[in-house]
Amino acid sequence: MFLSETGQFSTRYADDRRVFRLRQARLGIVALLAFAYLAVPLWASDYWLSAILIPFLVLSLAGLGLNLLTGYAGQLSLGTAAFMAVGAFAAYNFQLRVEGLPFLASFLLGGLVAAAAGVVFGLPSLRIKGFYLIVSTLAAQFLVEWALTKFGWFSNFNPSGVITAPPLSVLGVDLSSPAGRYLLTLAVVTVLFVVAVRIVRSDLGRSWMAVRDMDTAAAVIGIPVARTKLLAFAIGAFYCGVAGSLWAFAYLGTVEPHGFDLNRSFQVLFIVIIGGLGSILGNFLGAAFIVLLPLLLSNLGGSLLSGVIAPGDTENLQKILFGVLIILFLIREPEGLASLWRGLRARARVWPLRD
Amino acid sequence: MTASRFSPRRLAAAFSLGLALASGAAFAANEQYFPLQSYRVGPYAAGGTGFFGGFIDYMQLINARDGGVNGVKLTWSECETEYVVEKGVECYERLKKGLNGAPAAATNPLSVGIAYATLERSTADKIPLITINHGRTDSTDGSVFPYVFPLQLNPYSEVSAIVNYIGQQAGGLDKLKGKKIVTLYHGSPYGKETIPILDILAKKYGFSVTHIEVPHPGTEQQSQWLNIRRIKPEWVILRGWGVMNPVALKTAAKTGFPADHVIGNIWSNSEDDAAPAGDAAKGFISITTHPAGTDFPVLKDIDKQVVKAGKGNLQDPKRFGNVYYNLGVVNGILNVEAVRIAQAKFGKRPLSGEEVRWGFEHLNIDNKRLQELGAVGLVQNLKLSCADHEGGGAVRFQQWDGTRWKVISDWVQADRALLRPIIEKSAAAYAKEKGITPRNCAKES
Amino acid sequence: MDFFLEVLIGGLLAGVMYSMVAIGFVLIFKASGVFNFAQGSMVLFAALTFVSLLERGFAFWSAFAATLASMLVLAWAIERGVLRHLVNRPPITLFMATLGVSFIIEGLAQLLWGAQVHGLDLGIKDEPLELGGVLLSSFDLFAAGTAAALVLALSLLFSRTRIGLSLRAVADDPLAALAVGVRLQRIWGVVWAVAGFVSLIAGLLWGARLGVQFSLSLVVLKALPVLIIGGFSSIGGAIVGGLIVGASEKLAEVYIGPLIGDGLENWFPYVLALLFLLVRPAGLFGERAIERV
Repeated sequence: MFLSETGQFSTRYADDRRVFRLRQARLGIVALLAFAYLAVPLWASDYWLSAILIPFLVLSLAGLGLNLLTGYAGQLSLGTAAFMAVGAFAAYNFQLRVEGLPFLASFLLGGLVAAAAGVVFGLPSLRIKGFYLIVSTLAAQFLVEWALTKFGWFSNFNPSGVITAPPLSVLGVDLSSPAGRYLLTLAVVTVLFVVAVRIVRSDLGRSWMAVRDMDTAAAVIGIPVARTKLLAFAIGAFYCGVAGSLWAFAYLGTVEPHGFDLNRSFQVLFIVIIGGLGSILGNFLGAAFIVLLPLLLSNLGGSLLSGVIAPGDTENLQKILFGVLIILFLIREPEGLASLWRGLRARARVWPLRD
Repeated sequence: MTASRFSPRRLAAAFSLGLALASGAAFAANEQYFPLQSYRVGPYAAGGTGFFGGFIDYMQLINARDGGVNGVKLTWSECETEYVVEKGVECYERLKKGLNGAPAAATNPLSVGIAYATLERSTADKIPLITINHGRTDSTDGSVFPYVFPLQLNPYSEVSAIVNYIGQQAGGLDKLKGKKIVTLYHGSPYGKETIPILDILAKKYGFSVTHIEVPHPGTEQQSQWLNIRRIKPEWVILRGWGVMNPVALKTAAKTGFPADHVIGNIWSNSEDDAAPAGDAAKGFISITTHPAGTDFPVLKDIDKQVVKAGKGNLQDPKRFGNVYYNLGVVNGILNVEAVRIAQAKFGKRPLSGEEVRWGFEHLNIDNKRLQELGAVGLVQNLKLSCADHEGGGAVRFQQWDGTRWKVISDWVQADRALLRPIIEKSAAAYAKEKGITPRNCAKES
Repeated sequence: MDFFLEVLIGGLLAGVMYSMVAIGFVLIFKASGVFNFAQGSMVLFAALTFVSLLERGFAFWSAFAATLASMLVLAWAIERGVLRHLVNRPPITLFMATLGVSFIIEGLAQLLWGAQVHGLDLGIKDEPLELGGVLLSSFDLFAAGTAAALVLALSLLFSRTRIGLSLRAVADDPLAALAVGVRLQRIWGVVWAVAGFVSLIAGLLWGARLGVQFSLSLVVLKALPVLIIGGFSSIGGAIVGGLIVGASEKLAEVYIGPLIGDGLENWFPYVLALLFLLVRPAGLFGERAIERV
């Protein structure tokens, strides 16, 4: 009933191909955006903004980058963090070395450098497939971390190899407060998500899925496999690169190369798998799961169990519980949280009847 | 808690429950709060459990023995960081508001990464950030970094003190000429930080220094030590971390380099760094600002009042009095002293972070005070000021006898006058980049 | 020249250590197609359990037996609790599941035995040993001998026993094996148990080298390029891959390091593996996949 299609007719093909075909969905998305842009900055506490919502948005974006590459184009990658690092350090250097460059432009340029790195490390994908492809992206992971630590130029010869955020302001508006950084992140994430939705529904997106499902078959029907794969690497890495800049400058304010280590790549991979491979919405759901679950566990664990067992034990129990939940998820919901959502939506269409 | 509306609906209920339980009923208590960004799981858990165990036990001692600081009870809560930066940031944001109305005094993350990530936040929120024995070297300059305190020893002082010790062993700094020294460092910003300083010292005293990197985590060092064997240095300075340390000692033994000519730095100086190497570690020398041992009166008090009362924070009682634990105790002493000094100025009540910062800046631990604290030999003389947030810069040397550390030297001072201009230059560059106007320390009271 | 030989031999012996971890991977991948990232945690768990029992007064062999028993229980639990429910899922899902398993094992190990660092002394002297002017390590030689014995035992198990036969059948074609009556789940249980045994051996040797601590689980990163060069499904490949990785990374560190910056041991094996892959996309000893449209 909530999502009833009664009375909504598509009279043009364009109507039928809209992203949000139903009026309710359109209203819903407008309401959600209004909520995110207006209500949240007004009412959310600093803790929620700067410790939960910003990392949630940034990780969703990184998840989207990996999802385009892995979920849509089928190219497995464990180098997400490396591309994030390239984006962050490139943006930092553009900001540092080009006088008067608006920092949003340096985010963009940082993303482009990350895209170039993505193409370089994506080249082996033209010959290697499946799990063996992991090695190429892992090489990226370790090589980038090493280079950024080794060569002081990247961090402007900071003795500790740490880069710090440029002053965040757009058109003279200072965005360095938690709410400002949140809005900045939200705006970048919104734009990039819209672009991603357009991409996956375009020719390119269809070619990606064809290559993912079987690249030999895709080649047979005339899809330029090499170009399609490399574009996936470029665009995926671009998204990760921008996410890296946001992570470094809008979220933490400072970052060292080690902040983009292999664990970060795994974290993003978790987001994509749990959220749902080949789903745009899934990135948000997966990121919410990854960001919120440990917090929930530690908040509950900290208060319910304190005094009963030693603090170290609660932490270990949480770690075990996290592992168990991941496995349960993989067993019960192989398509990820996104499919849970799809199920809910299907139910809502015919509610209160059963389908 | 309006904020819980933002989470997915299924989590919302459970979440607000968790938050409600965590925040509890708010009333202003006569308590001073220490937010602890601790780490008790993960690769660095051995250090975290020791350090935070010692810190907590010292605060328990103050509460049990003295009834708090001038009647203000100390309170704390822990948040697990696993040594991961963003978890540390989340913990910082979660805990900075205080607990049940008790204001936060200072944060002590014991992690370089977390310290860097919360540096600007701490300054904005006016909560002192204590990075004892580590952290950003140029934050020693308190005129640019008013809220950051690399207490006792920054990385530059560390290598300078080691070179001074090597000079002492050779019979004078002038005898260093022509000597060969190798530094084996962890392949991270932390490991690389002292390279320029060692180069300056090498030029000044005429010894040669070779820097050899061990990539993180350092489980394999065959080629590095074969290289050292070829260079045949008099001394090897080990700037290691975690598993890299025992592997270095094992590999040294394997390639025939004597352990008693390896000098470990401040993160290579715990039992956990030497003991796993077994016999290979016998004779290994390292620096320390906080010698291991249980003979210090303050440790005896903790043993009597806290541990014997069954309230000790360590799960394994054998670790009582080890290096990490004692670092936690030292850290506790310095934090509590800062609160005490600040109370003398602002009144005997729970203090804000800004007030505690004043206390840190006026820390003055002389021999008389050390006597009263029961910490002679455990803590060095320390005098901080607006311009100097390090205060000490001295280390003692200890040697591993196969089962435990033995202190083999008195306090050896770093050449801080030599280092100061370098630190000021770096701090000034930071101030310029960030648009900070340094405080005028001559005008600070 | 002597120095070159020293580096080379040191590298080869270090490579054997990498192979010890890689073999555990290969066993599991061969039989169940799972890329088991939890192998590192299993090494940690085994070493930690062993050393903790030793410290609680167990004799060497009884501690060994008890640890082995706990590894068997662990293997059984993983098979029962995780893999059985994930049959026919894509490899990436299985890989993620093993990441979850590694969280559980790491949490469990520290919950049971605490976070402190332990020394482990196997009673093998590790003093410099000079042979014809070339420095050798007696411990590394011992480790190499153990690895050789292990490989021999494993190949006997696979070629001479009934279980080995069914295992090879499963590796070759799981469906066909199932059709002729091989009990797939039992084979998986056996393979995970054998992998548990291998991790125990690896854990003891690595534990004696590094000390027993959390970082043991990081040795898995050294084993990955070994696997890729050797191929995911060949034990011989794991050994050869280990030797190649060990020798080349040490030589690179010593001779290439000064040219482009040292500390390159972390990424060099991966780049090397990449070069190998470009020539042979399924590893040196891996089976070439045949694709049909």
